[in-house]
This record gives sequence, C-alpha cells and structure tokens, in this order.
Amino acid sequence: MTFVPKPKARHPLLKTNEIGLTRRDYEAIVSTLCAGCGHDSVSAAVIQACHELSIPPHQFAKVSGIGCSSKTPSYFLGNAHGFNSVHGRMPSIATGAYLANKELKYIGISGDGDSASIGLGQFAHIIRRKVDMCYIVDNNGTYGLTKGQFSATNDMGSTSKRGVPNLYAPIDLVSLAIQLGASFVARSFSGDKQQLIPLIKAAVLHKGFAFIDVISPCVMFNNHEGSTKSYSHVRNHTEPVVDANLIMPRDEIAVEYEEGTTISVPMHDGSKLQLRKLSDSYEPNDRVSALTYVQKAQEEGEIVTGLLFLEEDAVDCHDILGTSDTPFNGLAQENLCPGAEKLVQINESLR
Amino acid sequence: MTSFNEFVIRFANVNGSGSASANGMFAKAVFRMGIPVTTRNIFPSNIQGLPTWFEVRASAREYFGRRDKVDIMVAMNAETYKEDVNRLESGGYLIYDSTRGRPRELYRDDVHEIGIPITKLILAEFSDPKQRQLFKNIVYVGALSALLNMEFDVLTSMVASQYRGKDKLIQPNIHALELGRNYALKYLPCPMDIQVTRVDLVGDRILVDGNEAAALGAIYGGATLCAWYPITPSTSVADAYEKHASRLRVDSETKKKNFAIIQAEDELSAIGMVIGAGWNGARAFTATSGPGISLMNEFLGLAYFAEVPAVVFDVQRAGPSTGMPTRTQQSDILSVAFASHGDTKHPILLPATPKECFDFAADAFDLAERIQSPVIVMTDLELGMNQTLSEPFQWDDAREYDRGKVLNFEDLEQIERYGRYVDVDGDGIGYRTLPGTHPTKGSFFTRGSSRNEWAVYTEDAQSYIHNMDRLNKKWETIRSLMPASEVEHRNGRAGIIYYGTTTTPMNESLSLLDENGIALNSLRIRSYPFGPEVADFIDAHEKIFLVEQNRDAQMKSLISFDLGIDPKKIVSILYYGGFSISADYIVEEVTEHYVVNKLPRLREVES
Ligand SMILES: Cc1ncc(C[n+]2csc(CCOP(=O)(O)OP(=O)(O)O)c2C)c(N)n1
Ligand code: SF4
Ligand SMILES: [Mg+2]
Repeated sequence: MTFVPKPKARHPLLKTNEIGLTRRDYEAIVSTLCAGCGHDSVSAAVIQACHELSIPPHQFAKVSGIGCSSKTPSYFLGNAHGFNSVHGRMPSIATGAYLANKELKYIGISGDGDSASIGLGQFAHIIRRKVDMCYIVDNNGTYGLTKGQFSATNDMGSTSKRGVPNLYAPIDLVSLAIQLGASFVARSFSGDKQQLIPLIKAAVLHKGFAFIDVISPCVMFNNHEGSTKSYSHVRNHTEPVVDANLIMPRDEIAVEYEEGTTISVPMHDGSKLQLRKLSDSYEPNDRVSALTYVQKAQEEGEIVTGLLFLEEDAVDCHDILGTSDTPFNGLAQENLCPGAEKLVQINESLR
Repeated sequence: MTSFNEFVIRFANVNGSGSASANGMFAKAVFRMGIPVTTRNIFPSNIQGLPTWFEVRASAREYFGRRDKVDIMVAMNAETYKEDVNRLESGGYLIYDSTRGRPRELYRDDVHEIGIPITKLILAEFSDPKQRQLFKNIVYVGALSALLNMEFDVLTSMVASQYRGKDKLIQPNIHALELGRNYALKYLPCPMDIQVTRVDLVGDRILVDGNEAAALGAIYGGATLCAWYPITPSTSVADAYEKHASRLRVDSETKKKNFAIIQAEDELSAIGMVIGAGWNGARAFTATSGPGISLMNEFLGLAYFAEVPAVVFDVQRAGPSTGMPTRTQQSDILSVAFASHGDTKHPILLPATPKECFDFAADAFDLAERIQSPVIVMTDLELGMNQTLSEPFQWDDAREYDRGKVLNFEDLEQIERYGRYVDVDGDGIGYRTLPGTHPTKGSFFTRGSSRNEWAVYTEDAQSYIHNMDRLNKKWETIRSLMPASEVEHRNGRAGIIYYGTTTTPMNESLSLLDENGIALNSLRIRSYPFGPEVADFIDAHEKIFLVEQNRDAQMKSLISFDLGIDPKKIVSILYYGGFSISADYIVEEVTEHYVVNKLPRLREVES
C-alpha cells in the first residue's frame, strides 16, 4: 500500500495552473520504487509544488546522486532534463550546471547515504558556495538501494529490521546546513504534504541554497518497531515549529492581514512566504537560536519540522563570483574568444 | 677556444631565497639577445629551505634537452656545494661566493674557479636584511653579464620594465647589477671562453611555459569554468587562467565576468563541476596531476558512458602515489587512457611545446563537444612549469567554435521523436539537447546506468551491447579527428617513436646517433587513439625504439592495445628518474642496444 496515494488516481479532473498546464504536465514515468516508499510521496509533493508554482516544467533541471531517492527525479517533471550522477557527488554536478546556466530552477534529490556519508564533503561545500537550488534529502535512515544498511543519519539505538541496534551517533543534516550557512533550512515528513508542498514551493523560489531534510520512511528496511525513521515514530514525535505558506503575488493582500502570530517574508520573485509561528519563542531568522532549538528538541527525542531557518536577501554563488548576466552557456563566441589581435599583444609580452 | 651561444648554466640556490626572479631575468636577457633558450626548474616539494636549481640552456643549435653536466655552475648553496661542483664539465666555470672561502677538499683542478665576494659586496651597500638576501642573486647576474660578455642595457631595461610603477625598486636593483658587473670587470678575467653574442635566431618566438600556454588556449577555446584543486605541477594552469581571464574576459562596462574559477574541495568535486557545466552547455575544464586523476576516475567513467563533454589537463609528475611531486614523468598514460572501471576509454592529446599546449587546449574544447566525451590533454612538469622557446601563439579570427551536435528549439520542432542516443548520422555520436530548450520535446535523463537509444533505463542485454558497440563506433570517429603523428625520414631502417617532452632532447639525440652511424626515422605521437600512420610506421621498419619517461613502457602497452601490434617488435627506452630525459641517455641506450645485440650500425650496412 502506498502511504500517500498516488494523486494520478485521485484527481481524475485535472485542474490547470496559471500557465494552463495540468498536474499531469508535471508528472513523468511511473515510479518503480516499492509501494509505500516515502520517496514517492516526496516526488508527488514536488509535482504538486511545481504545478502550483506555475513554472514551466522544462525550466527545471533535476540532479541526483545514487540511491532509491536519487532515482526519483525520473518520476517527476518528465519534461525537464535530469542528471542521475554518481553516488554522493550530485552537489558538484549541480554546482557546475548552475554555473553554466543560472536561469533554470534546480532541484536536487539525494539520500541520507548519498549526502551524509559518501557525499558529506560535497554537501558541506555546496552550502558554502551558495548554489541557488532546492536540495532535498529523502532521509530514511538507511541505504535503501543496497538493502538496509544503517546510514549516518540513523539515531543511536535505533534498530535494524533484524533488531540490531545502531551504535553510532547520527549526523543531523539540518544542523549542519544551518551551521554551514544555508539560507533556507527546513525539515519535513514525506507523509505530511500539507507542510511539505509549501516548503518545496518556498525552497524553489528562495534565492540561495535551500535545504529540506524530508524524513521519508523506507517500507522495506526501516519502517519497523524500533526504527526512528518509521511512519509511526515520526508521526508520534513531530513538533512543527513554523508553517510555511507561500502566497503568490496576486493574493498577497488577502492574507497579509491575518492575525499577529504570522510573519510575512518576501521572496525574491515578489511573492511572499507566510510563516505561522506555532511556537511563540521560535525565531527562524537567527542562525544560533535555530541551531540551539533543533538540537534541544533532538535531545528530547522530538523531531522539529517546518522552516527552521531563513535568511532573506541571500546572495548566491553568481553574486559572489560576479559573473555575467547572460548565462555562460548562452555567451557567444565573441564574448568568449579574445581574438587574434589580443594574442599578438600577449605574444609581445612574452618576448 | 671561445664558444658562443652554446652552454648550460645551472644556478644552485636555497628554496625561498628569492633566486627565481633573478635567474629568470638572466634567461630572458639571453633570449632577448636573440639566442634560443630553455629553462628548467628543479625544485623540492617544500616552500623554504631545501635546495633548488635553475638551469638555462642557451643553444644556437636549438638543443634544449637536459644535460647531465653543465658548463657554468653558480653555486650559491653550501649544502649542495660538493654535488654542484661535481656536476661541472671539465673545463667548465665554477662561480661561487668567496666571502667566506670554501673547503679545500672540494677544489677541482680541471675547472675554472671564479670567486666573487657577493656577501661582502652586498653588506657594504645595503642595510635592509631582505634586500641583502634578494640582491645577492642580482649581484651574480650582474657579474655574469660581464663574464659572458652580455649587453648590460638588456638587463637594465628589463629591471626598468619589471618594476614600472614601483620606481623605488629600480635603482637598488640596477645598483646590485652594477656591483656584480663592476667587480667582475675589475678583478676577474672577463670575458670567459663561453660567451653570449647577439644573433637573430629567435625570430618572432616567445618564451613561455606550457601551463600558461594551456590556460590561454582554454580562454581562446571558450572555457567559462575552471574548477580545480591545487596540486603541483598543474596549479599554474588555474593561476594563469585566472590571471588572463581577469583581463580578457571581463565586460568593460558592467565589469562582470564571462568566466568563473572555483577552487573545489577536492578533485572529485572539480571534475563533477566540469561535467555538470558540460552537460548544461558551457565549456569547462579542470587541471590536475596523477593523484587527482585517480580521484576523478569514477566521474570520468560517467562522462564517457553518459556522453558528456569535459576537458582535463593532466600535468604529470612522478608517481606512484605521492611519488616525487616536483619531478617530471610520463607515467599516467594508462591510468588516463582507461580512467574508470568497466570498458572505458578516453582520447588523449599529447602536446610537446607551449605552442602546442595552446593549440591542443583550444582544440580540446571543440573536440570534447564534438565527441561528447572527456578529452584529456597530457603534459608534464617539464613542459608545464618550465619556460621554453616556443612558436608564437596564433588565432585565426575566422575560426568558429565547433559546438558539436546540439539541437535547439527549432531543430526539436522539426523532429517527430527525439532520442538522445540514436545514431542518426552513423558516426556513433547522437544529438544532445540542453536543459530548458523546449517545453515538451528533447528532455531526457542523463545517467551512468544502462539505457536504450531513447535514454530509457534498461538492463536488456541487446540494448546494452548495442550501446557499447555504438560507443566503439564513436571511438573510430574520434580516431579520425585526432591530430596525426609527425613523421620524419632520415633514411633509417629503424625507427624511433616518442611523445610529449621526450621531443625536447630528440633532435639532439638523432643528430648524435647519426654521427655514430645510426640513422633513425622518427615518429612523434601527438594523440590517442592512434592514426593509421602509427601502424604504418611500425610496419615499415625492421626495428622500432619507443622512448618513454615511465618504468612500465605504458605507451607500448597502449599501442599494442589500440593497434594490435606485437609488443615484441618494440624496443623500449625508459627513463624514470624524475628529471627530464636527456639526449645523452637516449643516445647511450640506443647505441647500447646495437652493441649488446651485435647489430651492424645501419649506416655501415648501407655502405
Ligand atoms: C561509489 C559507490 N559506492 C557504493 C555504491 C552502492 N550504493 C548504491 S545506493 C547506496 C546507498 C544509498 O543510500 P541513500 O543515499 O540513503 O539512498 P536510499 O536508497 O536510501 O534512498 C550505495 C551504498 C555506489 N553506487 N557507488
Ligand atoms: S528499498 Fe526502501 S527506499 Fe528503496 S524503494 Fe523500497 S522502500 Fe523506498
Ligand atoms: Mg537512505
């Protein structure tokens, strides 16, 4: 059974978005993952989010590493190019791709093995470089594709399917991302599309590196009693801090007048991200308190979900590098090749 | 007997003592007097304190290879003094700092000893400790100008142009030059029997190193991204790219850059960025050396199999492992040719001169996009880091970049069904599309896993074989696009094959061998896969020598792999000590082969 039903069956009447496309236009080939895999719910949320954003599908580029999670870009946005690269190295592919063309929207999908083990170095460095993308980790606490070994995000004491406890402390990608300077850091649960879809929309629109750690149970290897990444465990231990609600420019006014517990954050494209503070003390704009909050909750066995950190007006790597307005892949030869006359001068300087 | 414009001078210094710019100035001055020169830096893997040597070979005959013995030694390092003295040719000149005298037992009576009280001269004239250190080097250059009978104003005008804008430095530098020169003119037997005299043998040629040439080639070839990780001896490729791109690739109005340089966290990331950019339609490269190639293996296999253009410069050094990081070798041939697991293979360009570094660098970007695969330009420390005489760089403004087979929006509109890996033209190369081109046509999923012609994942054996065979067909297309070998005939019945920096001593080797009655035809490999001329050359000779700078005769293996040639036919001449191979070594090895095997010298057979 699929936990989040495949919307294909649920929505026989397909609504069009602002650019006249149906949800189907954002879909792709049918998933080959196990029925009930959390990753499929994440794909469904990506489809829904992109459809609601009314961005043409081919304006996205999808990148991933290796793993069940990394396979999923095949299963959404079929009209977008995708690049399923090598294990743990999606960040470098994304960086190169983004440097070549800053005009596309980049969605990266990775796994906890992919990003927290083999690719931890690249994960850290893409954050430092502030690549403008939405980076999602489908976090199931296990290596799904290689059949259930513990991953580095698995909680200490959490047991494997065979009941063996994990002996090592976990790496928390959210804390890392906040600490390393990501400008948008969120956590969600594959089974909570109410929360996940707005987060993905906001992450796509966010200028700068947007990271979403999505707890995404592996029904095959990590959904049993004793696993801290199972559906039931996550359901029972989730504490949402900040609800993100994305408001497109046209209905901005209607919502801005809501009650005082709401803060409205402008996104770089003119739309606003509406944050409802569920916890009064929570302050998503402060890196240190966000980090403290996440780690305190962790100590108490709670998984905080929602938008955990947001830095408005973030810079991205093209700003840092001072690159041309025209994407590199659109520069004409005359902008690239200095020509024969310059070479004569260069030769002269070498005599 | 006085000799003109034909000598090797070696400067023995301590790393970090500021000798590099003085020594470079000396080389440039000889060059500016119209004499062909090459330079050679022999340096330790260390920043300060260890011995370092700089060699200049001036040669009217254009013999540029390394020589074991030198004619003039400027021995400024007490630690290596003995070794340095021993390196002198009989009849050579030893120049040393005589301020403190030197050990008796190190005297050689078959060389000219020229003591200059360098420290003493400096102490009397300069008070700043830093200047005292630096100007010692300038003083010996000044003395050399008198000893070698050089035109002094060539040196002084170089100082003036080098410190333009920092005028305060000009006078003290010239003063230091004069200190040395005047001392030599007054107290030493000037000029020596080795002299420099103005000629016009340089023409319009330039003095440059291969790394800078490659970086310029990358700029001219349209590279917009350089992603790299520091490693000797490739670092100066990235440095030079940044230096030149910062002048040549910045919009004059907006000041925005038409390039990016990223110092990656490691070589995996560097090549990943290059492949990501290549996939997205921008020309990108990385520069590295052996250890970096090892790390890039997995990604290079992905780019081969997923068919993504990428350009890699491998400036080779001595391996295995960390090996001798500041020494030269040609020992990455096989690891590059087959970089990655599975049936992976990559085309290689093998430049031998700075001009060729420039040309091949620019060509590599056209080639990579044409063949949709990584192209690896292989040089080595010897070529990459040493300034040598080179033909000037040239660019034809009529040349248009070959961006390969990429479909745009209009093309896609015309197409019924797009298939990324369909061999439409029969050359094994499909059509690429770039992300964002068309709303509904042309998208595909790039992956390192097996897929059919329509880029759909499959583990079907037939589809897999079909794809692998098409890649082999593409390999033959690649072969037809690679620069051909250079063949020279000297009426020999045996032939000699070489590549890369083994070219440098080859003209001298061949002349010396010829004088010994061994005439060899020669073939210089410039690329892999090999063109038909390589097999033809091997077939046409009774005996083939193949000279390489590695232990395991890697090119021999590659030739027999690629051309199916019996390796027994090939006699390997191998040098792998980490210095560049010398003409003497090649001559000795070839001659010895004739002697040991009691073969008639071919000239004798003919007569
Ligand atoms: C270099 C390399 N080592 C090992 C593997 C084998 N491998 C494939 S997927 C995977 C783990 C994937 O785990 P994760 O990223 O968490 O993805 P999931 O399948 O759980 O979604 C491993 C180890 C590989 N593909 N490449
Ligand atoms: S093994 Fe786990 S992660 Fe992989 S598809 Fe199945 S449920 Fe999903
Ligand atoms: Mg996993």
